Amino acid sequence: MTGTGPDPAFLAVRGVTKRFGGLIAVNDATLNVAEGSITGLIGPNGAGKTTLFAVIAGFEKPTAGLVLLEGEDITGRRPHELARMGLARTFQIVQPFAGLTVRENIAVGAFLRETKRGAALAAAERVAERVGLADQLDKPAAALTVAGRKRLEVARALATRPKLLLLDEVLAGLNPSEIRDIVPVIRAIRDGGVTVLMIEHVMQAVMDLCEAVHVLAQGRIICSGSPAEVVAAPAVVEAYLGHGAAKRLQGAADA
Amino acid sequence: MRAILAFAAVVAVVPLLVSSNVALNFLVFTMIIALAAQGWNLLGGYGGQYSFGHAAFFGTGAYLTAILQVRFGLNSYPAFAAGIALAALVGLAIGSLAFRSGLKGSYFALVTLAFAEVFRVLANAAQVTGGAAGILIRLQQDPANFQFAERGTFLWVAGTMVTLALMATLALERSRLGAQLVAVRENEAAAQALGVDVLAVKLRTITLSAAMTGAAGGLYAQYFLYLDANIAYGTWISVEALLAPIVGGAGTVFGPVLGAVLLHAIAEATRMIAGRIPGIDLVAFGIVLILVVRFPPRDIPGLLRRWRR
Amino acid sequence: MGLPPEIILEAVLNGLLTGAVYGLVALGLTLVYGVLHIINFAHGALLTAAMYAAYLAWAALGIDPYVAALPLAVLFFGIGYLVQRLVIGPASQGKDENILLVTLGLSIIIENLMLAVFHSDTRSIDVPYAMDVIEAGPALLSWPRVVGFGATMVVAAALYVLMHFSATGKAIRAVAKERTGAALVGIDVAHIYAVTFGIGTACLAIAAALLLPSFYVSPRVGNAFVLVAFTIVVLGGMGSVVGALVGGLVIGVVESLSGLFLGESLGQIGIFLIFILVLLVRPTGLFGARA
Repeated sequence: MTGTGPDPAFLAVRGVTKRFGGLIAVNDATLNVAEGSITGLIGPNGAGKTTLFAVIAGFEKPTAGLVLLEGEDITGRRPHELARMGLARTFQIVQPFAGLTVRENIAVGAFLRETKRGAALAAAERVAERVGLADQLDKPAAALTVAGRKRLEVARALATRPKLLLLDEVLAGLNPSEIRDIVPVIRAIRDGGVTVLMIEHVMQAVMDLCEAVHVLAQGRIICSGSPAEVVAAPAVVEAYLGHGAAKRLQGAADA
Repeated sequence: MRAILAFAAVVAVVPLLVSSNVALNFLVFTMIIALAAQGWNLLGGYGGQYSFGHAAFFGTGAYLTAILQVRFGLNSYPAFAAGIALAALVGLAIGSLAFRSGLKGSYFALVTLAFAEVFRVLANAAQVTGGAAGILIRLQQDPANFQFAERGTFLWVAGTMVTLALMATLALERSRLGAQLVAVRENEAAAQALGVDVLAVKLRTITLSAAMTGAAGGLYAQYFLYLDANIAYGTWISVEALLAPIVGGAGTVFGPVLGAVLLHAIAEATRMIAGRIPGIDLVAFGIVLILVVRFPPRDIPGLLRRWRR
Repeated sequence: MGLPPEIILEAVLNGLLTGAVYGLVALGLTLVYGVLHIINFAHGALLTAAMYAAYLAWAALGIDPYVAALPLAVLFFGIGYLVQRLVIGPASQGKDENILLVTLGLSIIIENLMLAVFHSDTRSIDVPYAMDVIEAGPALLSWPRVVGFGATMVVAAALYVLMHFSATGKAIRAVAKERTGAALVGIDVAHIYAVTFGIGTACLAIAAALLLPSFYVSPRVGNAFVLVAFTIVVLGGMGSVVGALVGGLVIGVVESLSGLFLGESLGQIGIFLIFILVLLVRPTGLFGARA
């Protein structure tokens, strides 16, 4: 990464800093996401992952730094423009249109590419099929289970036909069998040609799904690499377990 | 759509059956309110942006319709059209200021209320509006002047306008703009994430909404042929425009019409029981409003469904 | 322009005096906002009701408004308490729009009840001191307004003491800061809400008694004050007691001066325009906490 010339990365985050008053939520973060990959963003609670997502998706303007999508500078563009460019996100705290049915919820996303109601509703049904919501299309969104709402978040974002999908903890709050059900859905999304960047705490899923992982701690990217490399890195262990933990673990292993 | 045609049929037949001037007056007035309320419903009911100042649009439509005829000798129809257009423009201007500043909820309500009051004070002081004395449109009962000798004919005209508004609302409900508007009402951040240009959606809607309520103002001017600031820009019409959809069902095609008819039936009934005490009908409106908020009728189907499950 | 400086000075001073009572009206509004986080659209109508109550005390019982102020405050505390406890609280169900609509409904009911009972005539009372003036240098100040100013300061000080040194005041501040936490330590939040609403309404009763000797009363008089009060609260910062008082003084002066330069009817516009401007320019600064 020389920082000059055309950036080969599909999504490139360059030196992004975000301050809220005196608090630095994201501090000089740089990362790449390769086209067609599933890339993980992990880190302890409060590390700034969701803030970084918000910056990438245009919900927050960075204090400093750049975000590039396919080499184009998209820093500070508004969320709806980014959605039009093919960047979709889900929310960590699900945000269904509670008063609408599942079908209508997804159709709002589909309307980004469709002008006619009939076409949008048909597209919504196809997307529902992909994420396993086909049998709940006429339910009010408010009546869905937690797992159902997570699927709805993904479905709506997918209905905008994104190139890049940002998933913010879609597995959080699900039980192991629900996680097992949704992991193949995410893989199928990528296999359908959508690049995925996901914030995730469920390490098993991260290990299964991601080709590359970035670790954020206290606003900084402290490690990037394959899942196996990242999990073994002392800096990562310390970020999760506290200062000196890597050494102690090492000592315990040696003893 | 079938319900709208049924409504149009009823409106078409009523003037043939009803000859009482009191009854026809009641119906014309109710239709004008229904039209103003349908305008509010687009922005408030479908878009969730509660305006307390739709009088700003009603009054603008009414005043321009009157002023162009009285001061500039324009024919009533182009004057009416110009009134609607200016009301739409006022809507766009107020919307631009308020929505660009990110005003929502109570603050949007407050700022619209303040704008309506500014218009009222200005209209009360200005020359062109006739000031506190008001403005009188000369009585020339001729269809060419948008004035009719028979109240029944005016009911047809008002009923047709309401029918058109109903069809426009239905078309909006089924359009992309409609879907995006409801999404904005339900959750702005989520709508943005799905590519909805929230500001553009709100601006388009407030413009449509203001045009519709402005049309009601123009109709009012043509029917009553007299305006002053407290009529055209008074809080009464802001309240009526809001109350009818809330009572009849905000964010539904027929809510405003239903609410307007219901409210004015209640008002008539109150007057019949309590006699001609000033303001007593509005006391009834206030009570109905609180009751509807306390016990939302829209919850009733939901409650029933939950029981059955 | 070319107005002599004494006239302008007098307008400024009288504006300050009137502004203090505006501040008192705004105090009730801002207190309710600060604790309940609701905008009370019925505030103006409640003020109207209080002014009629003070009027009746004088016209029917011959009680001077200054004497009636305290009993009226107690009465309106009760009214406010019950309105919040029985009407606004249950109907709100935690939704902002509901509170908006319910307080609007209340204001329609109160205003039109006054209209039904008293009709639309404006009424005023004829106290012997209504026209008394005090000489302050070159300016002549109206005695009722001087009293209004002084009484407002006393009420504000009393409120400060109540909020900081009484158990109820501490509970109110706890609820304002952290409702859930307050409920967890055993504070009855619904009761505290109603008490706060009652205090806000009691402020109105005192303001009404202070206004009556120099002002008229009509069924819609509260509307004139409520937008003024909203403007003050926006200017001074939602929930800020000091802001309400300072904002009140500022608005009093603005109104007095714009009345002087623009005439009575257009003078009101100055306030509306400030109101709109503040809302538009500082949408997040003063209000945005809820967004």
